[in-house]
Amino acid sequence: MSAAGQLWPDATGRFGPYGGRYVPETLMAPLEELERGFAAARADAAFARRLDDLLHNFAGRPTPLQLAERLTAKLGGPRIYLKREDLLHTGAHKINNCLGQGLLAERMGKRRIIAETGAGQHGVATATVAARLGLECVVYMGTEDMERQRLNVSRMRLLGAEVVGVDAGSRTLKDAISEAMRDWVTNVRTTYYLLGSALGPHPYPLMVREFHKVIGIEARDQILRAEGRLPDLLVACVGGGSNAIGLFHAFIGDSTVRLLGVEAGGRGHALGEHAARLAGAAGYEGARPGVLHGAFTYILQTAEGQISTTHSVSAGLDYAAVGPEHAWLSGEGRAEYTAADDDAAIDAARTLARTEGIIPALESAHALAELIRRAPAMPREQVVILNLSGRGDKDMDILARYL
Amino acid sequence: MSQTTPFAASEPATTRIGRRFAELRRAGELGLVAYLTAGDPSLAASREIVLAAAQAGADVVELGVPFSDPIADGPVIQRASERALRAGTTLSDVLELVADLRRASQVPLVLFSYFNPILQMGLENFARRAAEAGADGVLVTDLTPEEAGEYRRILRGAGLDTIFLAAPTTPEERIERIAQASSGFLYLISRTGVTGQRDRLPEDLGALVERARRATALPLAVGFGIARPEHVRALVGQVDAAVVGSALVAEAARAASSADAAQAVAALILSLKSAGGRSAHP
Repeated sequence: MSAAGQLWPDATGRFGPYGGRYVPETLMAPLEELERGFAAARADAAFARRLDDLLHNFAGRPTPLQLAERLTAKLGGPRIYLKREDLLHTGAHKINNCLGQGLLAERMGKRRIIAETGAGQHGVATATVAARLGLECVVYMGTEDMERQRLNVSRMRLLGAEVVGVDAGSRTLKDAISEAMRDWVTNVRTTYYLLGSALGPHPYPLMVREFHKVIGIEARDQILRAEGRLPDLLVACVGGGSNAIGLFHAFIGDSTVRLLGVEAGGRGHALGEHAARLAGAAGYEGARPGVLHGAFTYILQTAEGQISTTHSVSAGLDYAAVGPEHAWLSGEGRAEYTAADDDAAIDAARTLARTEGIIPALESAHALAELIRRAPAMPREQVVILNLSGRGDKDMDILARYL
Repeated sequence: MSQTTPFAASEPATTRIGRRFAELRRAGELGLVAYLTAGDPSLAASREIVLAAAQAGADVVELGVPFSDPIADGPVIQRASERALRAGTTLSDVLELVADLRRASQVPLVLFSYFNPILQMGLENFARRAAEAGADGVLVTDLTPEEAGEYRRILRGAGLDTIFLAAPTTPEERIERIAQASSGFLYLISRTGVTGQRDRLPEDLGALVERARRATALPLAVGFGIARPEHVRALVGQVDAAVVGSALVAEAARAASSADAAQAVAALILSLKSAGGRSAHP
């Protein structure tokens, strides 16, 4: 399969046609510096040891792969395993990438870290790592997201980060990324931009994947021990796509393992009502290849090339573009992408809470919703791994409205 | 200033931009490139303001194509983009504005855009329509020569200048590559940062200008943060032109009517242009 043949982007940072580096000239030399810094860190055994130590002793890796017995019984389909990234320090997979890039920033001599955040999980993870490493931290967050994720704003501030509200455009993740890029372009000599998803200009999509691929490496080993065989299906939610690519990556060469990404279906199929970029086959309108925030990928946009606003109950999935490697996996037919809507995600969160005693993040609940829909029609002897990418504490204000 | 050096071999040399810079060099005069966001607050207002700018002595006009996510722009041009988009301005509208302006003025016109709107129109379609409308060159903020192979081939094929930018972070060998991809002029970003007015020119600007001078014989235009006559005066004899954007856009935004905006923009251009060595075009 050709998808297994290109696990590394080409020299221009492309996965197939997707990716690249579409940025203001001011950022070109810094991106090359970052690429060199990342390559040097990868080749450095001391860097790897330090990262492993922090992942293990600070973040809590490896995370369990838990058989969800009561959920499996309730749905009457395949055996469902949960990859428990929600148990990590700070409550989501985001810490994997933040530790990797935080150490890279330190290694490159940058003492100031900036980040964007949607749901606040990446912001909290960045603030946490900055505190742990003694670095200055500024987090950009849309004011709409600050409102719906107030707990995370307080957490970041308690950790010593400055949270800057972004009151432009849709006041969500897209606008936070734009503002973080403006900060970076201004303070580029002293500042490390710690991008939080498998998005943006090369080498970010590659780097973020490399720091999250530990999820799939662990899960592959764990499922082989638990079941003596590979799973039939992997399911993960896709905003930018970092938790999904982190789970998928170790299995891309295993042609019997199906990969399913679940985007935010929001509250309707019309442009502006959802955040489904690759689920066009499911009837979601408005996604076409284009350029946003440094990469060529699928983007929700108008016919004239203006980036659309998006909607999702989940701030972490509420974004107009998808990571370029997912666009490529979709184009190659290696992974399938669909969407679950707001209501299905809320229902799924309730179901998991009551069958397994786990309150999932609303992002992860989208993946769960699609699995709950499909599982009853799947053979019982099949095995599924669902990436439970985060926990739902941050979403309690929203979830409480549906009690 | 190397006034006798011919333009690079790839230079079409026939656009209004090249001719205007050649005239400026002969006159030993600093050019003024005026940026205005198209459609802010309406296309009719833009037409009036651009014509007033040209009349007042702007040597080149950059027409900003409004974009929803202008990552290289500061607050003044962000707000201008928002106003233009609220008024419904599209890239097609901006091309019609170009055609309309061209019927009234021979001022060199550069389309200043982010890449996505151009990509969605299709490079061939865009290049043909821009050239037919009478645009002279195109500058894309988030497109560097690395990603611009096809873009350059198609735009040059249509007779349009492709203007790229060099920044304070750009090393000298990279400036050479950027200059080779450029025609019309090379745009030097004066400072790391987004567009917007500043109190003074950055101290390391001279070093960037020197690197660029060593790398190319193309005309050099310096922008980002140029707002006042003393900034322009400091650039005389250093480069070929100053680019003024946010200061003009802010003047226009403060005005109560498009006629007032045109007048205010013209007045600022006159004062900047006289700081550059001449009061207005004959």
